[in-house]
Amino acid sequence: MPNYRELLQQIKSEIDEVDVTQARDLLASGGRPLVVDVRELDEWTEGRIPGAIHIPRGSLESRIEQAVPDRAQPILLYCAAGNRSAFAAKSLEELGYESVSSLAGGYTDWKRSGLPTELPRTLDAAKRQRYSRHVLIPEVGEEGQLKLLDSRVLLLGAGGLGSPSALYLAAAGVGRIGIVDDDRVDASNLQRQVLHSTGRLGEWKAESAKRTIEELNPDVEVVPYIERLTSENVERILADGWDVIVDGADNFPTRYLINDAAVWHDIPLVHGSIYRFEGQATVFKPGDGPCYRCLFPQPPPPELAPSCAEGGVLGVLPGIVGSLQASEALKLCLGIGEPLVGRLLLFDALETEFSEVTLRRDPSCPVCGDSPTITEYVDYVEFCSGRPAHA
Amino acid sequence: MSRVRIPPQLRSEVGGAREVPAHGGTVRELLDDLMDRFPSLRPQLVEDDDIAPFVNVYLEGEDVRTLDGLDTSVDHGSTVILLPAMAGGL
Repeated sequence: MPNYRELLQQIKSEIDEVDVTQARDLLASGGRPLVVDVRELDEWTEGRIPGAIHIPRGSLESRIEQAVPDRAQPILLYCAAGNRSAFAAKSLEELGYESVSSLAGGYTDWKRSGLPTELPRTLDAAKRQRYSRHVLIPEVGEEGQLKLLDSRVLLLGAGGLGSPSALYLAAAGVGRIGIVDDDRVDASNLQRQVLHSTGRLGEWKAESAKRTIEELNPDVEVVPYIERLTSENVERILADGWDVIVDGADNFPTRYLINDAAVWHDIPLVHGSIYRFEGQATVFKPGDGPCYRCLFPQPPPPELAPSCAEGGVLGVLPGIVGSLQASEALKLCLGIGEPLVGRLLLFDALETEFSEVTLRRDPSCPVCGDSPTITEYVDYVEFCSGRPAHA
Repeated sequence: MSRVRIPPQLRSEVGGAREVPAHGGTVRELLDDLMDRFPSLRPQLVEDDDIAPFVNVYLEGEDVRTLDGLDTSVDHGSTVILLPAMAGGL
């Protein structure tokens, strides 16, 4: 039975080892290997080889297939001195990885040679605890959570749809949330608008939302816009920089305005709408599917649009549709999964039925088509004349 | 016969039904059959002898505009969804 030294020597003789000079050349080459740091978390947080991903030695075998599904992808492993990574290289070869090397001398030699290092951004202890259920998901992890904390999502409306979206995006740690709403909290809102409460009656919804969110998660910066989205202010609001827009507006003029703006600014737009027991959601991602105008080139004439007074909505319905919007927004921020692009999800709460229809980009779309005919913002007349519309 | 799903905004035009049967071998025939029985649906669905730009008609989940429009043939037993633009979010 070999002792540790003998086993290490044997393993090293069976794997491909490279020294720091060779590693540096490999990383500068065209067939650049993926660099995997197999050290423990505390070592990783004190510095790493730029571009490396972190999979501790103890979970390498269980996590490598998720991180590197392609067995032909070249991999360069390193640890502190080159011993753990030698064993790791042997393991990956046994798992079928075809081109694995281990950095002899490890990070210690790399750093001593004056080669570049970087301090990885990590979650501090409090954030690691707060977001632990995200960090545990391989598709999110610490990197994903850092991405969320860097993400900026603009919500149109702090009403029925905006309430659950804002709450879940804030809880998820989306770093900056903009809220456009020019309405005040009314008693008739509280049946469904869970951002607000009885004590907030009469307050601006955007301000009420800011207070609720800050109480839920102080990591989130809330930018309230107490104004209605118009052709006059849309450019100024978008200039604040948003990665994703969540449309929870309650009127056609705002929906067309934000659609056109999202196309022109290349920002994905998460659409949701609700009526009585039924709701819809989809994602309009410029360049990667249809926009709202592909679906409905123009709003219905005022006399055919349902009046707000006839409307009504089951209180929980925006909770479901708005949460779907939040889920889509988080996926877009993280760059994971299959967003609802080119698919309109229909939900019927009375029947408890989800269905889907296919949406296609219209080459003759007046905004995102091949020869656009609308190139400036259009302020449509508000249809719901009985009361002002808000967004 | 096909089944036409009526969106909540248009149910008052068909006596409150969520779904109504309609006959026709094409989308045009099917909508005509529907609108003959419920005339107040016509301005909500049709404009200039075509499907109105503020409504979509889906046959088995596909927008008929991406098929043959009103001339799209409809198999017996198909499901058609009428989908007008819906703005509510409040």
